[in-house]
Amino acid sequence: MEITSQDFKAVSGAKLKDEKLQKALFQAKDGFVVSRAKVIKDLDNFETIRQAASDVRDHCLAHLDEYLEAWESQAKASGTVVHWAESYEELNALVVKIAQDNQVKKIIKSKSMVGEETGLNKYVEGHGIEVKETDLGEYIIQQAGEYPSHIIAPATHKSKEDVSDLFAEKHQRPRLEDAEKLTHEAREILRPHFLDADMGITGANFMIAETGSTVIVTNEGNGRMTTTMPRVHVAISSIEKCIPTLDDFALMMRLLPRSATGQVISNYVSMTTGPKREGDHDGPEEFHVIILDVGRTRVLGSELRDALRCIRCGACMNHCPVYQNVGGHAYGWVYPGPIGSVLTPAYNGIENAIDLPNAATLCNQCGVVCPVKIPLPDLMRKLREKQYEKDLKSKTEKWSIKLWAYLAVRPKLYSIVTRVMARAGKMLGGSSGQIKTMIFAAQEWTKHRDLPTPRGRTFRDIYVNNKKVNKR
Amino acid sequence: MRVGLFVTCLADLMRPSIGLAALELLERAGCEVIFPENQTCCGQPAYNAGDRHTARDLARKVVSEFSDVDYVVIPSGSCGGMIKTHYEDLLGDSPDDEAKVQWLSARTYELTDFLVNVLNVDSFDTSFQGTITYHDSCAGLRELGVKEQPRKLLRSLPYVELKEMPGAEQCCGFGGTFSVKYGDISSRIVDLKCDDVESTEADALVLGDLGCMLNIEGKLRRRGNHKTKVLHIAEVLTGRNGEETE
Repeated sequence: MEITSQDFKAVSGAKLKDEKLQKALFQAKDGFVVSRAKVIKDLDNFETIRQAASDVRDHCLAHLDEYLEAWESQAKASGTVVHWAESYEELNALVVKIAQDNQVKKIIKSKSMVGEETGLNKYVEGHGIEVKETDLGEYIIQQAGEYPSHIIAPATHKSKEDVSDLFAEKHQRPRLEDAEKLTHEAREILRPHFLDADMGITGANFMIAETGSTVIVTNEGNGRMTTTMPRVHVAISSIEKCIPTLDDFALMMRLLPRSATGQVISNYVSMTTGPKREGDHDGPEEFHVIILDVGRTRVLGSELRDALRCIRCGACMNHCPVYQNVGGHAYGWVYPGPIGSVLTPAYNGIENAIDLPNAATLCNQCGVVCPVKIPLPDLMRKLREKQYEKDLKSKTEKWSIKLWAYLAVRPKLYSIVTRVMARAGKMLGGSSGQIKTMIFAAQEWTKHRDLPTPRGRTFRDIYVNNKKVNKR
Repeated sequence: MRVGLFVTCLADLMRPSIGLAALELLERAGCEVIFPENQTCCGQPAYNAGDRHTARDLARKVVSEFSDVDYVVIPSGSCGGMIKTHYEDLLGDSPDDEAKVQWLSARTYELTDFLVNVLNVDSFDTSFQGTITYHDSCAGLRELGVKEQPRKLLRSLPYVELKEMPGAEQCCGFGGTFSVKYGDISSRIVDLKCDDVESTEADALVLGDLGCMLNIEGKLRRRGNHKTKVLHIAEVLTGRNGEETE
């Protein structure tokens, strides 16, 4: 997918003014945050589980090569064809090759963020093969010609009214307003595609080394149909999704649905271990898994490694005050919110996403809800340090900090300057006690809010003076 | 008990009554309060801007200024969190600094945490009357675990009624330079915070951090709300209104 993260400021500004989007974001936020809080409260040992999951993910990453090889040999033993892709182009080309080798004309697809990364649909369609998204959210945005704004709720930026209009236009049927009826209509339209597709593409939330399986965690049933109905199934995933055992998977499942949608368990958990066996009633004749690297190995050896623990629940964005107000599209790539602010520059180069690590208050709401304890604010700060080292930070910010620090290490001078600032600031505020306009970088402050004035004297001056008085 | 007061650069410059209030609270509880007069800034702005070198210089300065006290007390969760949870990242690579940082961070407390958990103070000289809603600052809450401490103190005041706002733990949108670099977004976030504050109809918004205070008070006033008082908890506990300069 093309990256547009450098437009963050302009796009986020427009998103703040988009009233329809604001309404949709407000509803989504309430749903996610409230339902997660409820199910987390029911666990009496959430922090223990969280620590255990974080440890397992760390262990996987430390031994990733071994687990990937173990996974591969188990997968092959059950008849899975395993492919490795170092680049997006390689993955896309592999999918097309598998499709062409099997005379595939139509593909049904369940949600995959790796597929969004590689721009898979566009590539496959460019080769004359039809692709139908079957996850309801993905279906909606495919119809609208957009891309996901959230990693588990791709169409969360759309209101019900938007969907009503879209379906009426695309389906050429009377406009429906009821959400359930809209869902039924999508289902009716999609059903024949499930039946006559030659190939199914899914992602994989996890790859389990012990069994050589891939797993998808879904709610709509489209994933199960995609893995079982077409004659060829291709799962696309990335190297960091590998976990050692089924027990580890059970541990992840205590956290993933709870953190993602506030469900104790998702409606479907589909595990695929090889193609259809003799005597099986359904399942694909061929099962391919393509495992992507693109940047993961590089990140694994960097200070940002902790980000690879991510299990893609979306809790960080759901709880982020910035995401909650600008939505996912402002971030300009596949992964929005705090995790996106780390992964986007990590995978695409820090110079291509300068704003993302800076457009955060570092409130750490993301860090405390992350089920695998990724220290997201620390990682964003690391990226800011990298920007600073490479001289990519804004000059105003850089020199303001330098000036401040120059004074701060010279206490005598500092006390004089702050004394003057306290007096001048008080005068500026006048009787209202609020400064209404400022200049230079500070004008951004008073553009949006007043600045309560200083009180005329610094604490230091008052303290020193009081001490003198007391001595006398 | 020798207690070093780190008053913070913002309180020093913008609102000295917070420092005076903290001083009074500590002295009344019997502490010998030391105010190292050369103190300036904890280095957080530089640290969060990615200027590690400058942040290290300032961190070293703080470490050396507070080397001969039993505790360091700070009327700010943000600066407290900086010293307690981030100095080790900044200075931990030198063994000499590392030991000093560990020593300091173990002795560093946010003011309300110190009053409740070290001094066990439960009576205050204040005549403050009215309803209060409390805003949890991000660093105080999520880095230092300051949640119940200020509420416990406020509940001990006879004429105060505590009214929780929805989303008390939600960030106010300050975020240091974020507030000017991403002014539109910051403004939206603090607008929502003001909605929450006003929904309680409390007489005063009380908090424990200067950044949040300037941001929320500035927004309330810009919205035309001149009624809701915005006070630091130390000011409330000592009966100050924030205006004092003597």
